[in-house]
Amino acid sequence: MTASVARAALAPADGERRHRSRRHSTVTAVLALLLIALTVGGLLAGPFGVGIEELLRLVTGAASGATEFVVVTLRMPRLALGALVGAALALAGALFQTVLRNPLASPDIIGVSQGAVAAAAAGMLLFGLSGAPLALMAFAGAVTVAAAISLIAGRGRAAGYRFVLTGVGAAFFLQACTGFLLTRGEVREVQQALVWMVGGLSGAAWPDVAVLAGAFTVLVTAAALTARPLRILQLGDDAAAGLGVRADRARPMVLAVGVALAAVAVAFAGPMVFVAFISAPIVRRLLGDGSLALVPTALFGAALVLAADLVAQYAIPGAQLPAGIVTGLIGAPYLLWLLATRRGGSS
Amino acid sequence: MTRKPAHELSAEGLTLAYDGRPVISELTLTIEPGAVTVIVGANGCGKSTLLRGLARLLKPVAGEVRLDGRQLRREPGRRLARVLGILPQSPVAPEGVTVRDLVARGRHPHQRFMQTWSSADAAAVATALRSTGLEPLAHRRVDELSGGQRQRAWIAMALAQDPDILLLDEPTTFLDVMHQLEVLDLLHEANRTRGTTVVMVLHDLNLAARYADRLVVMAGGGVLAEGAPRDVISTELVREAFGLDARIVDDPVCGAPMVVPISRTHGAVA
Repeated sequence: MTASVARAALAPADGERRHRSRRHSTVTAVLALLLIALTVGGLLAGPFGVGIEELLRLVTGAASGATEFVVVTLRMPRLALGALVGAALALAGALFQTVLRNPLASPDIIGVSQGAVAAAAAGMLLFGLSGAPLALMAFAGAVTVAAAISLIAGRGRAAGYRFVLTGVGAAFFLQACTGFLLTRGEVREVQQALVWMVGGLSGAAWPDVAVLAGAFTVLVTAAALTARPLRILQLGDDAAAGLGVRADRARPMVLAVGVALAAVAVAFAGPMVFVAFISAPIVRRLLGDGSLALVPTALFGAALVLAADLVAQYAIPGAQLPAGIVTGLIGAPYLLWLLATRRGGSS
Repeated sequence: MTRKPAHELSAEGLTLAYDGRPVISELTLTIEPGAVTVIVGANGCGKSTLLRGLARLLKPVAGEVRLDGRQLRREPGRRLARVLGILPQSPVAPEGVTVRDLVARGRHPHQRFMQTWSSADAAAVATALRSTGLEPLAHRRVDELSGGQRQRAWIAMALAQDPDILLLDEPTTFLDVMHQLEVLDLLHEANRTRGTTVVMVLHDLNLAARYADRLVVMAGGGVLAEGAPRDVISTELVREAFGLDARIVDDPVCGAPMVVPISRTHGAVA
């Protein structure tokens, strides 16, 4: 009797659990399909028409040289770069927001991206850098700023909160520095700098993709290793300490991985604002199961950048915009949506 | 359910401070293994601070917290978490997390690096859900639960962690009387059936006297009295610790000492 009651009580619980994990796999699968569709779309779209059959001929090696050039040399690296940059930014945002327990704590809000931009602006306008040295300078700018923020924020109680506040302050300060550099620069150079500062995928080439892919692989492995302590840190510093995870040790590690992910993405494609900021919260809202959702978040970020790049290239005929303009336009409506759908409750 | 091995938690000349301001000074206390110890005292007496110190959430300015004679702060976190569990006053449930998922996170200290979910983990979670009566709610989101249910979910997480010593900071705050009793009964059962040593801070002196094997009464950052509630509670002690005139009677339900306060306007019947 008791056993059958227990079983009856358990049955809906297990059914619900299956339902929830099914929702998780469904969302992940849909995002993966979306990413594939956007990739194929990106290969086909453009003034140089490429059909599906030609794409298939390319696989068997029977396509024309022009098709091969357009698809393999121009479009494929752009798509690969976009997907990697999007995934890296989205993961960086997810790590930041989770470990600092603050939806505003994203590298593009709290100064990391602004550090890269200021360094890149200095590189372009003061030293005339471009290409790999410029990317390196942007990366170094992001990492330096993140290190400075964490030094100023210090350790101990409320360190996460102080980190966010310090970061927001740093972002404004760095924007002022960038503004100063821009007002002092040559018009032509300033225009180039402005394009970089918005963030985009034009000029992507295979060597960039290779470097980014290498860094991405290392950092994603690191992110995966932080996932378990991160799930415990979600419960608050004190509860995490009770479960054997020390916030003052785990937090800097997670932040370091997040900073590196953001810095490497920004170095190759410019800031692409809001990708890091919005990806994880949207995916977690879709899932609604309290999981970290790192994989679907990365897929979402990749798809978001590819979609933004498609819109930026073809929305206005004859005008190619940087993808960062489109991601930037998403920000305001997203914040309104967040306000409108925010659940009540203590957490 | 096998009984726990007895671990001894003790504070030795412990001084704890917030931002250089000492809250507890040179406190020495040994927690009796296998017992329910309740820490009480007036607001600001340092009872939560002491609990945080015992739970290694606060680094001592001077003195030492020891577990079986070894310095607590030198123990590796995860191994310590298998012996010593903590339920802080306001833990955070990630948005949308289910009761089962939350309880499962209590297994973290038992899982090795890269190891997957084991049958021991599943059994511990099932037992924790059953003993807290949360089986029917296991699939529900924690943020949709009532206050009492939510606190039971956190206690279930601590039971899944299955520590030998469980420290709780005011586990009954924000709960109505019925749910306060429910939570305290759960902890009492965990103590009696599993042998878990329970140490908690409580506000309510009468509930403390009812549920405690050992009562620690604090005032001014030190221990005023310590022992079985019957031996400890007296009108003098209540006046000293709480600045309160009271009569001590026997609790008509369970015989524990019960403190009946005399207030300025309603104290004339005696």
